[in-house]
Amino acid sequence: MKPHFHLWLIPILPLAGAAINGLLGRRFPKNVVAWVGNVFVGASCGWAWWVFARFLSLPHETLPYVRDYATWIRAGSFSVSYGVYLDQLSMVMVLVVTSVGFLIHIYSIGYMAEEGGYYRFFSYLNLFMFFMLTLVLANNYLVMFIGWEGVGLASYLLIGFFFLRDSAASAGKKAFIVNRIGDFGFLIALFLLIKHFGSLDFSQLFPALSKLGVENAGAGLLTAIGLLMMMGAAGKSAQLPLYVWLPDAMEGPTPVSALIHAATMVTAGVYMVARSNVIFSRAPSAMLAVAIVGCLTALFAATIGMAQTDIKKVLAYSTISQLGYMFLACGVAAYSAGIFHLMTHAFFKGLLFLGAGSVIHALGGEQDMRRMGGLRKHIPWTFWTMTAATFAICGIPLFSGFFSKDEILWKAYSSPFGHWVFWAVGVVTAFLTSFYMFRLWFLTFFGEFRGAEASPDGHLGHGHIHESPKVMLIPLVILAVLSVVGGYVGVPEALGGQDRFEKFMAPVFHSGVTAHSRQEAEMAAPIATQHERPGSELAFTGVSVLAALLGLFFAWLLYQRRRDLPDKIASALGGLYTTVRDKYYVDEGYAAAIVQPLIKGSTYILWRGIDAGAIDATANESAETAQHVSDALRHMQSGNVRSYAGWVAAGAALVIAYMVYLGVR
Amino acid sequence: MVPVSYYLGLSAILFSLGVVGFLIKRNLITLFMSIELMLNAVNLAFVAFAWQWKSLNGQVFVFFVMVVAAAEAAVGLAIIIAVFRTRETLNVDRVNLLKL
Repeated sequence: MKPHFHLWLIPILPLAGAAINGLLGRRFPKNVVAWVGNVFVGASCGWAWWVFARFLSLPHETLPYVRDYATWIRAGSFSVSYGVYLDQLSMVMVLVVTSVGFLIHIYSIGYMAEEGGYYRFFSYLNLFMFFMLTLVLANNYLVMFIGWEGVGLASYLLIGFFFLRDSAASAGKKAFIVNRIGDFGFLIALFLLIKHFGSLDFSQLFPALSKLGVENAGAGLLTAIGLLMMMGAAGKSAQLPLYVWLPDAMEGPTPVSALIHAATMVTAGVYMVARSNVIFSRAPSAMLAVAIVGCLTALFAATIGMAQTDIKKVLAYSTISQLGYMFLACGVAAYSAGIFHLMTHAFFKGLLFLGAGSVIHALGGEQDMRRMGGLRKHIPWTFWTMTAATFAICGIPLFSGFFSKDEILWKAYSSPFGHWVFWAVGVVTAFLTSFYMFRLWFLTFFGEFRGAEASPDGHLGHGHIHESPKVMLIPLVILAVLSVVGGYVGVPEALGGQDRFEKFMAPVFHSGVTAHSRQEAEMAAPIATQHERPGSELAFTGVSVLAALLGLFFAWLLYQRRRDLPDKIASALGGLYTTVRDKYYVDEGYAAAIVQPLIKGSTYILWRGIDAGAIDATANESAETAQHVSDALRHMQSGNVRSYAGWVAAGAALVIAYMVYLGVR
Repeated sequence: MVPVSYYLGLSAILFSLGVVGFLIKRNLITLFMSIELMLNAVNLAFVAFAWQWKSLNGQVFVFFVMVVAAAEAAVGLAIIIAVFRTRETLNVDRVNLLKL
C-alpha cells in the first residue's frame, strides 16, 4: 500500500489564493490581500516540505510515486489523465519552486506596497505558482504542457503588469510570441510521441523508450523529438536564438523578474530536458545540439552582460548565460549537475534580483548603475546579502555556485559526451560572469554616490537613501544563507565531499549514462579514462577558480582602482564596444529579417490584397449591385394603385402572349 | 345555335373593358365597378365552357365567384367609405401614402 501524499494540494492551494484574490481582492484592504496571497503559497510550501520528509523514507522501489486523479482525454487506446509523478527530480523542483516562490511572495508585500493593482499582482503571482507546480508535478507531457503554457500566460500578465506603459505591454507580447515559436516545436514533439508510442504518460513512455537503441547515425525519430523539444526549451528558457524576450521581460516588477525570469519559469526548459533524459540519451545528435546551444548562449549572453548599464538588464543577461550552463550540463548527459546548478542558481539569482529590487527601492526607482555608487554604507543589509549572491554566482570557493558550476565544467570535459571546447568556453564564460557581476557590485556599492547631481528634480521620493523594510530584508537574508550553504548538498568527492545530490538524483537519470552509451564511452575512452582521476578534477577546479578571481581582479581594476580606464577602453574598442552594448543588434536583425517582412506581407498582401481586395471587395460589390438593382426596381413601387394594376395587367398580358405563342408554335 | 367562341369573345371584350376602366378611371367607385365587370366577364366564360362541355363544375364555380364578389363588395364599399371619411376624396391618385 502506497502512502497518500495528497500531492494535488500543492498546486491547488496557490490556485485557491489566485481565485480569492482575483475575484474578491478588489474589495479587500491591502493587508488582507497580502495575507491571502502568502498564506496559500506558504501552506503549499509547508506541504511540499512535509511530503519531502516522508519522501526520504520511501523505499526506492516504490519510486516514482505516481497517482492518477481523473481522466482528461480518452480516445481509443490513447488516454491522458490528470495525475502526479513524483520522483527525485520533481521533488527537488517542487521544493525549489515553493520555497523560493514563498520567499519572493513575502518580499513582494514590501516591494509592491506602494504600487497600484496590489490584488492583481498577488493573484497573478499565485496563478503562476499553480501553473509552475502543475508543470513540475505532471505525470504526462500534456499536463506538463498545460503548466508550460500557463506559466507563459502568467509571465505575460506579470511582464505587462504596468500595462499603461507602452514598453511593458509590448515586452509582454514579445515574450508571449517568442515563446509560441518554441512551443510549436514542443507540440510537434508531443505529436510524434503520440504517433509512434501511443502515449504521453511518463510511466508508460519511459520504459518503452528505454528499450530502444541509441541513434548513432544522426537523424532518426528520437533525434527529431529531441531537437523539437530543445526548440521548446530554447523558447521557454531563453536560449539562442529565442532568448530575445528575456531582457525585455525586465519591464515587469522586480519580484517577478526574480521569481519567473530567474529562479523558476525559465528553468522549466532545463527541467523538461532533464525529465526527457531517456530520449536525449538515445539521440547523441540532439544532445550535441543541446550542449552547443547551451555553450554558445552562455558565452554570448555573458559578453552582452559586460556592457549593460541597467542593473536588471545585467542580471537578465546573466540569467541567460547561467541557463546556458544548465543546458551545457544536460547536453553532456550531466543532468544532475544541471539540476544542481538550477537549484543554486534559483537561490543566488533570486537573491540578486531581490537585492537589485531593494537597491532600486532605496533609490526611488533608479535602475541605471551609472547613477548609483557608494550604497554600501546606506543599505548594509542589501549590500551584504548581494555580496553573498555575487560571490556565489561567480564561483568563489565555498559558496554554492562554486560547487555547481565546477561540477558542470568538470562534466563538460570528462563526460563521454563532453569535449575540451565546451570546457574552455565554460571557463571563459566563468571569467566573464565574474567580471560583469563584480562590475555591478563595484558600480553599485563602492565609490561615490553619483545619483544626486544626475537627478536635480530630487526623484529620490523619500528624501534620502533608505534601507528596505524588514519584510523585504528577511527573504534576502534567508536566500543569502541558502546561497552560501546551498552548495554543500553536492560537494564532489574530489573535494572531500559525498556528492550527495548526484547520488540522490541518480535513480532518475540512471538510464541516461549506462549501457546505451557504452559505445560512446569506448569511442571517447582515451579522454575519459585519462581524466577521470580526482587529482585532475582538482586541477580543473583550480583553473575555474582562477578565472573567477581574474574576473574579480579586472572588475576591481577597472571600476574601483582606475575609474578612467573603462571609458578609454570603450573608445579604443570603438565599434566592437557599441556592438556589444547594443546586444549585437540581434533585435534589430530579427526586426529586419522577420518582423518587418511579416508586417509588410500582412499589410500589402494579406490586408490590402486579400482581405480588402478580394474578400471585402466581393461582399461590397455584391451589396452595391443589389443596391443598384433595387434602386431601379424601387420606382415600380410608386404607391399609385393604377400603376400597380397596370403592371399586373402587363404581366398577365405577357403570360397570355407566351401561352398563345406556345399554342400556335 | 350560337357558337361558344361568341360567348368567349364577349367575355374577353367585357374583361378588357374592365381592365381599361380600372387603369384610366380615377374614381374609386368606378374602379370598383370595373373589378365587378372583370369578375362577371370571367363568370360568362365559365358558364360558356360549362355549357360547351356539359359539366357542372363551371356553373358551381360561378356561384363561388358571386359569393366572393358579394363579400368583396361589402368590404370594398366599407373601405371606400373609410377612405372618403379620412381624406374627403375618392380620387385614387391622392390615396398614395405608400409611395416612396
